[in-house]
Amino acid sequence: MSARQRAATTSTPAERPGAPRGAGPGGEGHDTGGEALVAETFEGSQELHPRADTSPDELAREVGSVLRLPEGHVVDASDLDVERPDDETMIINMGPQHPSTHGVLRLMMELDGETVLRTKPIIGYLHTGMEKTGEELTFQQGATNVTRMDYLSPLNNELVFSLATEQLLGIELPPRAVWIRMLLSELQRVSSHLMWLATNGMDVGSTTMMIFGFRERELVLAFFEKTTGVRMNHNFIRPGGTAADLPDGWEDDVEVILDNVTGRLFDYDELLTGQPIFRERMEGVGSLSADEALALSATGPILRSTGIAWDLRRAQPYLAYDQVDFDVIIGTYGDNFDRYAIRLNEIRESVRILRQVLEKMPRGDYRVQDKKVTPPPRARIDESMEALIHHFKIFTEGYKVPEGEVYVAVESPRGELGCYLVSDGSSKPYRLHIRAPSFVNLQSLPVMMHGGLVADAVATISSVDPVMGEVDR
Amino acid sequence: MGARAPRRRPGGDPALTPETVQDQPAAGPVAGDTSPSPAAGGALAPPGVASAVSPQSQAILFPTREQYHDVMAAYRDGGFALLADLTAVDYLTHHGRTLPDTVAPERFELAVVLLSISRSERVRLRVQVPETDPVLASVWDLYRGAEAMEREVFDMFGVVFEGHPDLTRILMPEDWEGHPLRKDYGVGRVPVQFKEAPGPR
Repeated sequence: MSARQRAATTSTPAERPGAPRGAGPGGEGHDTGGEALVAETFEGSQELHPRADTSPDELAREVGSVLRLPEGHVVDASDLDVERPDDETMIINMGPQHPSTHGVLRLMMELDGETVLRTKPIIGYLHTGMEKTGEELTFQQGATNVTRMDYLSPLNNELVFSLATEQLLGIELPPRAVWIRMLLSELQRVSSHLMWLATNGMDVGSTTMMIFGFRERELVLAFFEKTTGVRMNHNFIRPGGTAADLPDGWEDDVEVILDNVTGRLFDYDELLTGQPIFRERMEGVGSLSADEALALSATGPILRSTGIAWDLRRAQPYLAYDQVDFDVIIGTYGDNFDRYAIRLNEIRESVRILRQVLEKMPRGDYRVQDKKVTPPPRARIDESMEALIHHFKIFTEGYKVPEGEVYVAVESPRGELGCYLVSDGSSKPYRLHIRAPSFVNLQSLPVMMHGGLVADAVATISSVDPVMGEVDR
Repeated sequence: MGARAPRRRPGGDPALTPETVQDQPAAGPVAGDTSPSPAAGGALAPPGVASAVSPQSQAILFPTREQYHDVMAAYRDGGFALLADLTAVDYLTHHGRTLPDTVAPERFELAVVLLSISRSERVRLRVQVPETDPVLASVWDLYRGAEAMEREVFDMFGVVFEGHPDLTRILMPEDWEGHPLRKDYGVGRVPVQFKEAPGPR
């Protein structure tokens, strides 16, 4: 019925001596017909079909025909140079448990020799139905759910969910809550980019960078642990403010992190940025044009690497980003090196923002004093029966959110993190949709990889910075 | 071998940075994102399309299923170069939603967010899709980024996009039955079965 099943049954005439084998040790597959090997693995039919079974439209994507062409210039798919006999190419599988795919990402690649022609990312291995789960949890509990999506920047997930809920509730936060959120969000960006530098270093063979990146990230996570109680999945930013105030002496802790990170960024420069081997592996690899990035809905460092200065913190400021100074880092070539340099320098910009947050952090309450949303303080519960009932009500039933729907977006380290929230007036979201930047950004991977070498594939996957928890949700 | 010539940087200058932008977003001259008219979001819509502004002051359009593709094309040509989000909602058990008078509610609703980089502006579309015939034109031909998003909506809601190159399940296993985000799909209703998993002992 579907194309997938058709491919499993269609016979491909050509014999493919070097074709890969899905199961069992290699070696004995050499004299078997190509059909059995390519069309069917022990997992079922393949996700990327042989050329003969692929429509011209689908094939045209291989040569970057993602460009939105003006009227009258529409390329006839049959004119494109994608004609290759099936027996000259080979389809191989990478992942889902490959150490370099950053989780359970599976890629089907069609290779011509060592050149990558087509790539198809296959996802869903980590799908746990978090959007469905979100409909079963109250708005009060919702942050615990969304924080597990992008596990490298959980605070941003909580932030976007809280902002959406607050917009529906129509409540305004006290300034300190806003600035605490900004502090945590920027620290999260630093830790997420450090993690990326570490894994990217690992992917291109720099074990030192991996150790360095994890070492500095640990500083940030230690501060998170002190502030929120846990290293990840904090559930700290909640609708109505934050769970608690910052711990005593937080200024000194942040100061130490900033000084350390600033100093060590120069080490990274020395280790990687100017290093010929590293540059050779990153420059000109996996490049993407601005048009392609826009057409593919790519956001974040990928879009900025192509030269488009689009950063939601600047363009559509949320929290108090309009009150701090920072630069939007953009690239020129849209290649892996630009994406590396953008992330490295975004750490510097985050440090700059954080220093201003340190200076300007207002005093006051860390959450809104709205009886509807905020549980009464612990001390009141001992004194007042009403407070006890109120507390009980909020934690068992949750608070009701007015009917409506809203789309809110923030700039996560990976791009536009959006939350589409629909409420039917009850205490649970009617629909919770997270626009995950990794999920959308993965679509640009095939375009980046086309024409490159299979040896560069790992570096290119890394430069997209996919977090599979967020891709599959 | 069809390999794309790697774009080399001029000179071997190890200086790191890409340029930084001092202020304002206004993206540089990006082909495809130069809009001729700086009109407000709603002005681009062909006549006859219902529109509204939400209490959160977000511009929303309510094209019909038939108008949907044309409206998207008009917006793309009008400078909304980036399809930010595309998802759906199953309104099976929620009857009191706010819609303009001219829009008849249907069970499914497609929710789309378009973004104009040059004007730093968003517009949202809400399209009613009936339960009996959940079919809609794909916008893959306009926005290539719609590919994964439409597949997700198909997977989760069973809404079919005509003209999509590869409308298959994306998150659920390919032989999964039902569409999990539909409201009549109970949580925990089916025991999770994986392909070729050994049966219960």
